[in-house]
Parts: sequence; C-alpha cells; structure tokens
Amino acid sequence: MKYVIIGYSVAAVNAIKIIRKFDSLGEIVVVTDEDRIYSRPLISYYLAGKVSKDKIGFIEYDFEKKYNIKVLYSTIVKKVDTKNFKIILSNRETISFDKLLITTGGKPIIPKIDGLENDTAGVFTFTKFSDAENILKYLEKNIVSESVILGGGLIGMKAAEGLLNKNIKLKIVDLTDRLLANTFDKKASNYLEKKLVEQSSEFIKENTITKVTTKNNKIVSVTLQNKKVIKTNMLIIAIGVKPNLDIIEKTNIKTDRGILVNEHMQTNIKNIYAAGDVAQGKDFLSNTNSVIAIWPVAAKQGKVAGYNIVGKDVSYDGMFAMNSVEILGIPSISFGITNPDIKDSQYKVLSREDKNFYKKIVLKNNKVVGAILINSIDRAGIYKLIIKEQLDVSEFYNNLLKDNFGFLVLPKNFRKHFVTGDGIEV
Amino acid sequence: MKKIVINEEYCIGCRLCEVYCVSQHSKSKDIIKTFKSSEDRPVSGIVFEENGYTTFALQCRHCKESPCTTACLTSAMYKNNNEIVLHNKEKCVGCWMCIMVCPFGIIKPDLKNKKVASKCDLCIGREVPVCVEHCPNEAIVLKEK
Repeated sequence: MKYVIIGYSVAAVNAIKIIRKFDSLGEIVVVTDEDRIYSRPLISYYLAGKVSKDKIGFIEYDFEKKYNIKVLYSTIVKKVDTKNFKIILSNRETISFDKLLITTGGKPIIPKIDGLENDTAGVFTFTKFSDAENILKYLEKNIVSESVILGGGLIGMKAAEGLLNKNIKLKIVDLTDRLLANTFDKKASNYLEKKLVEQSSEFIKENTITKVTTKNNKIVSVTLQNKKVIKTNMLIIAIGVKPNLDIIEKTNIKTDRGILVNEHMQTNIKNIYAAGDVAQGKDFLSNTNSVIAIWPVAAKQGKVAGYNIVGKDVSYDGMFAMNSVEILGIPSISFGITNPDIKDSQYKVLSREDKNFYKKIVLKNNKVVGAILINSIDRAGIYKLIIKEQLDVSEFYNNLLKDNFGFLVLPKNFRKHFVTGDGIEV
Repeated sequence: MKKIVINEEYCIGCRLCEVYCVSQHSKSKDIIKTFKSSEDRPVSGIVFEENGYTTFALQCRHCKESPCTTACLTSAMYKNNNEIVLHNKEKCVGCWMCIMVCPFGIIKPDLKNKKVASKCDLCIGREVPVCVEHCPNEAIVLKEK
C-alpha cells in the first residue's frame, strides 16, 4: 500500500501517526512546498522573538525516522491526476498512490489594490514561516517606526502582537466595526482597542485601503477609502485566508469553498481524502459543511482521515469554531456562535463584565451555543463540553457566569458521567 | 493503565489532597517548608470544587484521546509511553489552547509567566499518587481501567 500526503503540517502529522498504528509496512510519501516543518501559529511568537527558530517545530526531531516516512521538502505539486491515481510535480515527475490525503491548508487572500504589485517592497502577508523571516529581514534593513495592517482578524492581530513587541506603532484597518470580528463583539473588541491606544497605536474601523503609493518599488504610503493618506514603509495584508485549491483545479474533486468531505474525510473520489484548512467538513453547530481553519480541527480531521485511510470506520462528528488568543497581554477564548441575531427569539445572551474582564454566553433554545471570555479564561473548556453535549441549562443558566463556575454548577448525573468516566474523546 | 476515580459522596472537603499535591511537587517535598516558602510552593494539580456541603477534588483524567495534546501548538503537552499526559514547561508558550479544549477545566494558567502552571502528572515514579494515598475517606481512589 502506498500513501501519499500533500502538505506537511498538523493534519498530515496526525494522519501519519494513525496510519502507522495499523500499517507498519506501507510506504508513506509526504510532499511539501515548505523547506521545514513548523507550527504555523507560532510564527507570531517567532516574529516577537519569544520563540527561537529551533523551537518552532511541534514534532519530535526523529519523527520521520520513527514513523518511517519519506518527506520531499520544497517540492511543488502541479496537479492531481484522479484518473490514474498519481500526482504530478512541477518538475514533471509523477508519484503514484493507492491512497491520497490532501492537506494543502490555506493561502492568504490578497485584494486588488491600486498601485500594489506582486513584488512591492515592504508589503507582506503573514501566514508562513517565510513571511516572518521576510519581515524580520526587512526590519533589519529599514527603519520602520510605524506599520499599517490591513485586516483586524486573527492573522492581523497576531502580526500586531509581533510588531508591537518590536516597538512599531500600528494602524490597523478593517472593514468591520471591531477587531477579531469573526469571534468578538463590539464590547470584547473595546478591551483590545484600549490596549492599542496605550501603545500609541490605532484601530481604524469601517475603512479599507484603496491605493498603495510606492517610490522605487517600495511602499511609502497608503490611501484609505476616506481619502486619508497614511505614511508608512510597511504594510501587512491580513484580510483572511482561503483554502488552497491550486493543485486540484480542473480535476473532478468536488469543492465549494474548500474540498468537500464526508464524515470519513473522504472526497467524492474514492481513495482521495482531505483534512485541515483545505477541507470543508461538518460544522457541529450549523450542521452544514464549512471550513473551520483552526489547529484543533485540523488535528482531529487528520486523525479521522488516518483511520479511514487504513480502512477503520471512524466518523468525524463535526466541530465548531473556537479560538484562544492572547493579544496585547489580554487572554481570550471564544467558542461557537458569539454574535447571534438578537431579533431571533430562540437566542438568549448572558453577560458579565467589569473593566478588567468580560464574559458572554449565548444560549439557543436553552443550550449553550457560544461564549466569549476576555481576561477570564479559567475552566473555559467546560463551556466547550456543554456546547458539544448540548446540555439543557434552563435550570441553572444563572450560574454559568459565576466566579465558581465548574462541575458543581452542572447537574449531578451529567458531571458524574464525565468526572468518574474514563476520560472522553473530544 | 491505572486511573484516579473520584467519589464526590465520600469527599469531606478536607483538601488534604491539595496540601499533599503541592508539597509532593515542591523541591523540599516537606509540607511545612513548602507552605512557609512562597518560592517553593507550586500550584496544586487538583481543582477543588465546593458548594455548601458538596465538595470534590478533580485532577487530570489522562484521557485516552486527549484533546489537550492534540490542540497543543508546540507539543509541550504530550503523552509519555505509559499514556500519562505530561507538560513540558520549556516548550510551553502560553497559547492556552489546552485550557480551551480540556473538557474538565483542570489545567491552570500562569498568566504572568505565560506557562501552564500545573497539571497532574499522576505523581510519576510513585506507585500511588499522594492525593490518593492521603485521602482519609476514599473519595479519591486508584483503579485499573
């Protein structure tokens, strides 16, 4: 049996571990366009100087030997041939497979902006290790005291964290009215906006960049939608990522936003699987298929793909969006639906706050479906548990936001089932 | 493997489990020295819950499919060969992914030093964890699972 995996990050690693549990002999070939394996979310820590180059990995140093896999680094896949079960590399070599797992992840969305060229110096995206390296190189050669970040979402804020650590003042521009718009509400965003002001930085809401001005092909200023001009010699483009579907274009693999997969992480083609940020799998809360581009989902999908690739019938029961980010010294965790349609009477919102912390719980038909926790993250995972278990909280929802929130707040039968059990699979 | 099982009905809320957990994980391993010195006082690996007369002590369940090790960005949270979930402070960057996914809420953050502060290691190297050994009422027991 020959297994080929395209992409080499958390989904691939988890799949490999499972495949080797059941098949110690089959050949495993991994093809990656990167020159190393590293933990993508750590690039902001690397940029900030909090993690060194040699600590940016997330697997054992002898992983490849231990799991007996062959990794082709810096190798670009041109196309997947779904008819003849092989992949075609950019150097025209081909690799055949019995089972293929696609974990090509996401790639940054780059908007068309007047004056912005592919090679404009001082303009960066921020999703790969090489992005962080390029930014650091640029900072060495140029005096950057102020930078503009286009996009106040997760990637933009992670870049912000890194740059603020280098004493660079920021202007963060976003189309929405708040930071981390996908998971935060206006109130949650305020806690971060205040911190930005403390660091002589600014959030420019409901705005975007319409023009980039360059001199000798190097950025010197940006023009906003409201015609305001900001002088800067650095711009980070962080408006989002999309599934990287390049290699399956013009194939018969079905896609929507990402590669559509069933509960076995299988695409519409037998023997071809997908997992991680490129895959569009089941969303537990909406019961539709969606791309949830976060580390734990990629890990879980990788595992499930691994099981099914070796013929074990394991189903992916769906996950939901969640994030843990510590930005500007404020830890925050969010789960699920955080900005419900308040006109919809099925929803009920509970919240508690003071100047240091903010907690919000979203209920739908007496079940928790979302939460925001700002600067108060203790025991956060229990909220995730009760979302997943669809626990009816109508009898005790008043206790969900209390300081002593824990298992004692939950019904006895429910907690006994969990705390005396064998641990659970989440 | 052996796992700690808790019986909340038997818990009398004495918190001896916490006392012994803290001193066991201190340098001196001596109760009096540990509690007199703030430098040598680790954070307990036990979460103690109390509401009126109902009390119980909860520690890491060392889950079979451990979500904390899966979610960890750096593999600071890992399983050893005996399926015990352990934490390597050197590797921890304080991203709090483990706190987000642990369904038992037993991982405590050290927000100041950006590290996971404590996590039960099943008193590695000991036959019986100290919390079990010193529980006067068998509210925490060790069972083969």
